[in-house]
Amino acid sequence: MIYLKLFWSFFQVGLFSIGGGYAAMPIIQNQVVDTNGWLSLKEFADVITISQMTPGPVAINSASFVGIRIAGIAGALIATAGCVFPSCCIVLLLGTFYYKYRNLSLMQGILKGLRPAVIALIGSAGFTLAELSLWGDSGMIDNVKGIDFASLGLFLAAFFVLRKWKINPTLVMLGTGIAGLCVFAIAFWL
Amino acid sequence: MKRNAAFYWKLFISTFYISAFTFGGGYVIIPLLRKKFVEDLKLIEDEEMLDLTAIAQSTPGAVAVNAAVLIGYRLAGAAGVAITILGTVLPPLIILSVISLAYTAFISNVYIKFLLRGMQAGVAAVVIDVAIRMAQDLFKEKKKLPVVVLFAAFILAFFFDVNVILIILSCGLLGGITIMVQKKKNPKKTVQTKINDDNTDAKEEDIQNADATKGETK
Repeated sequence: MIYLKLFWSFFQVGLFSIGGGYAAMPIIQNQVVDTNGWLSLKEFADVITISQMTPGPVAINSASFVGIRIAGIAGALIATAGCVFPSCCIVLLLGTFYYKYRNLSLMQGILKGLRPAVIALIGSAGFTLAELSLWGDSGMIDNVKGIDFASLGLFLAAFFVLRKWKINPTLVMLGTGIAGLCVFAIAFWL
Repeated sequence: MKRNAAFYWKLFISTFYISAFTFGGGYVIIPLLRKKFVEDLKLIEDEEMLDLTAIAQSTPGAVAVNAAVLIGYRLAGAAGVAITILGTVLPPLIILSVISLAYTAFISNVYIKFLLRGMQAGVAAVVIDVAIRMAQDLFKEKKKLPVVVLFAAFILAFFFDVNVILIILSCGLLGGITIMVQKKKNPKKTVQTKINDDNTDAKEEDIQNADATKGETK
């Protein structure tokens, strides 16, 4: 039952992504690429890239994208519903709690414990994306010398700009996109 | 405000509009929701919105969806939740579905490929930058355990491909245990300070106030 599988996968994405869009990425990758093989790592990176350029949460974007590719419009609706369902229940429970007691410390305490893990997982997802961007599908280990120098240049430039000035990330990505288009197109024509 | 059709429509169109034009995820959408529902529509108090934001950010799932659920629930109960979820989810659902259908044609174009390849280098830099910023905030607290957990989790996830859900669950458990241990230790501390400083009334009052605020934050 592909619908059930989609629902359950994105249910887990909704349930375990704590702390916003970037935190959802490693879990989406886990479900969509590693566990179910619905997307290749390259396609997953494309979805992340597209998500950054379109409105809406990364989790919902990936749910719609994967859902419609695997099982049409119904798939998109079911995957999105799966993604929204757990947070809906938990938020309502906590909301009711809040209006009753105005007291959230235990939850916030557990979340504090989760914070380093979430940061580590975002970092890990970032390195996975960087590896894919610089070495392609073959990965770094088999192919250390196969690094793409144009991508490396773009990556380092983007990283430098982000560290030095707090520029809007969307602008940085658009910048590297346009620069990449020029560089790769020139290399392609030659 | 009366809960009539016009009210529900207003609720739907507000969340739909905000969701459709918010680029950059949950941290951007929260200020926009605040502006709409606190400042423009005056339906929610500023203080309350801050608490709702805290809940939305500390609950699993997309922050934008969580905030929308809370606002819908607060303003119009279950019907409100259904409406605000629909308003928040529909724009990305429609946009990504269209992109997904066009993806194969889209991705086989060589120039689109070049553009995406360039952007991927940028996305990787953005994500790593976000992780570093968050880690720096964490290091500022100067606690050892979180730093150890951070590096251990990173090594397990990146080099050993340990399941991310397993990592999250075990760290949540660790966080819960830490809180329980701290709670057991804390009462002793407050007793000790009371014994040490019971000389003047003023000081006692201070301690009582401090205890009161501690009780509130708990």
